[in-house]
Formats: sequence, C-alpha cells, structure tokens
Amino acid sequence: MLASGRTVSSRLLRPTAWLPLRLSSERTAASSPQKELIKKHEQDELRPLYMDFQATTPMDPRVLDAMLPYQVNYYGNPHSRTHAYGWESESAMETARKQVADLIGADPREIVFTSGATESNNMAIKGVARFYKAKKRHVITTQTEHKCVLDSCRILESEGFDVTYLPVQKNGLLDLELLEASIRTDTSLVSVMTVNNEIGVKQPIKEIGQICRSKGVFFHTDAAQAVGKIPISISDWKIDLMSISGHKIYGPKGVGALYVRRRPRVRLEPIQNGGGQERGLRSGTVPTPLAVGLGAACSVAQKEMEYDHQRVSMLANRLVQKIMSEIPDVIMNGDPEQRYPGCINLSFAYVEGESLLMALKDVALSSGSACTSASLEPSYVLRAIGADEDLAHSSIRFGIGRFTTEEEVDYTAEKCIEQVRRLREMSPLWEMIQEGIDLKSIKWTQH
Amino acid sequence: MAAAARSQVMSLYRTMLRESAKFPSYNYRNYALRRVRDAFKANRNVEDPKAVERLMEEGRQTLALIQRQDLTVIVPSTLTLKHRVK
Repeated sequence: MLASGRTVSSRLLRPTAWLPLRLSSERTAASSPQKELIKKHEQDELRPLYMDFQATTPMDPRVLDAMLPYQVNYYGNPHSRTHAYGWESESAMETARKQVADLIGADPREIVFTSGATESNNMAIKGVARFYKAKKRHVITTQTEHKCVLDSCRILESEGFDVTYLPVQKNGLLDLELLEASIRTDTSLVSVMTVNNEIGVKQPIKEIGQICRSKGVFFHTDAAQAVGKIPISISDWKIDLMSISGHKIYGPKGVGALYVRRRPRVRLEPIQNGGGQERGLRSGTVPTPLAVGLGAACSVAQKEMEYDHQRVSMLANRLVQKIMSEIPDVIMNGDPEQRYPGCINLSFAYVEGESLLMALKDVALSSGSACTSASLEPSYVLRAIGADEDLAHSSIRFGIGRFTTEEEVDYTAEKCIEQVRRLREMSPLWEMIQEGIDLKSIKWTQH
Repeated sequence: MAAAARSQVMSLYRTMLRESAKFPSYNYRNYALRRVRDAFKANRNVEDPKAVERLMEEGRQTLALIQRQDLTVIVPSTLTLKHRVK
C-alpha cells in the first residue's frame, strides 16, 4: 500500500530504494505549494539511513506538538510576574519541570533547566568542587567519561584541585573496591556516567551511590544516554546530582536539566550569574518552548519506556546475530550483560574502521562519539577498556532507537557483512591470518 | 464489549491507521503505524466500559495530534545538494 512504484532513477540514486519510502497515494490530494514541498522532501529522503541514535535523536512528533504553541502565540517571558503572557509561560515551564522530575522520581524543585548535558556536567562538577573548596580539594571520575566531564576536571586541576581518573575494567565497568579505596577524607565529588555513550555499558550506579553516601561524598552521574531509556530512581540509587539532555531522548536540541538534591542539600557555586533564575543556580531566561519540549520528551519516554526497550532490544539482537553469524572475528566492546541494548559497539578485526564507514556511506554511523568523530585517533574509551590499538581502530558504533525499523537493521547488517568481507579480501593482514601466521610474531620495520 | 462500542473502536482504529500513513517521513510513518497497531492489540481484551471510554478518549486525542503533525514537511532552505548521497 505504501510502497507505490519507485522510479528507475531514484532506485539508482538510493541503494535503499526498496524501502517503502514513497508517500501514500492520499498525498496527491495536497495543494500545489504543498506538492512542491513534498517533492523537495522526497529528494531529501535520499539521505542515508540513520543509525546514530547516541549522537542525537529525531524529535518525536508528540514533542513538537507540545512545543509549537510556545514558539508562536504563547511567547511570554516565564519570569514576567506582571502579566498573563508571563504567567502562561511560567505555568508551562513548571509543568515541564514536573514531567522531568516524575521521570526520575525527583521533586520538581530539584530540577534546574540548562542548555544541555554539557552545561549540566560543567555546573555540577565545577560547581560542587568550587563551593566546598575550603575543606575538600579532591574529585574522582573515570577514564571513560564524556569529554565535557574530563575537561571540567582538567580545569579543576589547573585551579589546584586533585583529580583521580579511575581506570575501568576490560568490560568497561568500574571496579567498586578501587573506587572505595580512592575516596579520601578531602574528596568532595565522585562523577561516574550511567550509560556510556560509546560502548553502551551501564555502570553499577546503585552500588556507587551507596558507597558515596556511606563516605559522605557527593555523587554526580551523567545520565544523558540513560534517562528515559532505562528506569532511574534518584532516591534508590542515592544520586545527588544528575545531568539530563533533551536531544538524546527525542526532545529538542539546546536544552537539558540538572537534578540537584535538596535533602541532604547539595550546594554549588553557579557558573552563570545574572537575574537569579532557577534559584540563582543558572541565571538567564528559561527558553519556554525548549523546556516544554524536554518535559514532553520525558513524559513520552516514561509512557513508552517498556515498549521502546523491548523493541530496541529486539532490533539490537537482530543486528548482532546477523552480523556475528555471517562474519568471524567480530568483537563486541563492553560488558555483554550490563548494557543499554540500543548502543552496540563492534570491532571488526583486520578492517580499518574509517574505511568501513566510507564503504557504508548510505548508512549514517560513527566510530565513536560525535564530538571526536573528526579525528582519526582511536577512541580513548576503547583504549581505556584495554582494546588493542588495531581493534580500537576498527570499531563502529550502531545506534538503534524508537524510529528504527526492521528493514533498516537488515539493510545495515547485510551492507556491513558485504563490506567487511570485501575489505578483508583486500587486507594483507587477513591473508596472513588465513595462512596461519600469528600477527603478534611479526617484526614490523622500525622507523 | 457492546456491538456499538466495538464498531466505534474499529472505526477509530482504521482512521488512526489511515492518518498515520500520511506522515511524509519514512521513519515517523512506520513508527506511527506500528505504535497504533500495537496499542490496539495490547488493549484488545479490555472489557470494562469505563476503561474502554478512557482509552477511546486517549485515542481520539492521539488522532488529533497525528492529524496536526503529519503535514509537517519541512526542508531547510539552506540545504544544498552536496550534503546528499549521490
């Protein structure tokens, strides 16, 4: 019904032309300016398949629907107290705050709107460390954190703080005993991410929270990749600060939130000063439409979490099964059990990751985080889990999300299998392996 | 479920599918179709008239949302051909 005949030319243009991308016949009833738009849109559909849901997600139509009124007619400043424009925006902002809080089991007064998880992470790490600097001068984090956490810690180091970057185990998980041993009397903050953005492993947050609480240390977690995808409970997990991102959960870009515990109270020095909005923690007018979008995204995520999780797990299994059953020497990075299924990081031995990405140009994939995708350096996360240099160079991250279809997964798997085989046939290393030569025994010429 | 209520449910189901099929974007369209089917399937055995009415109201609101959103065909005016796969 949907797959009305594609023309020959578009079949040639798009290798995925067999996918039912055509518009339904009802569309022909549209007016002519609309037809123009649709034509333009169809050209636009010649873009690659999207399999990079860790980098960002498309906005859910339910989120856009909630935001639109605040982008046009309801434009009041939510902090204006003297007229109805302000009141209606304020009420929308507070509803959104409650939606965010409900998703993680927090009180709305503990949610601070920010511009995204990067700002939240900066605020939490620098804010707590600086506020308590008179007595406590030590911060703990892990080597596999997001760049913005690591960089905030570097800044703290330059301000005279001591930072411990804990290594992780081979499976990407933090060793709890090592963490406990690293906490000192002057440690103010421990920051460990919930779900890793590159390899998808889920840290033992509950246990870490327990340790931190018993030692009287504040615990921050970057949950940008976890919120709305796995159940999170602030109180059960004893989290003191948590970063949330809008565009990773089918919400708008440019908005996020920081959860800051009220009891026992966590205090931080604000980074952005000014009008004293958000209880003085983050001055600046809250962008009502974006906040509404984040709230709607959280509320949709709460409703759809189980459904989405089941679906994403099914698609992820399908992808991994297909690839692993067809080609040998594929390694899945990160713990096989403690993970979010929608983030799959595979290393294809004897194939160079960048070449594979080039060969798979009709599928939007990445070899790691978007922030570092411009560099050809192997991912620091993979190096931290002890992956060999060559395996770190041959990794690809597959991101599956709410809008991924079976057809897209099948196409990606087939294409991937085909290209890995082709690249291996061209590889001298693969040839040597086939001849039974141990690559580690080879003496490469020294320069 | 009474026969009249049943035919109302089926009619809403069909309308929702028809409207979901109008999403211009491949991914949104497929998601909407799948989500509508799965939601009706999951609630297929609900008998309590109050619960049925509540679900129907939810369905009608979702239908209105789909009708508002499935017309959004927006292409950036700054988009040039070099970004596309040839």
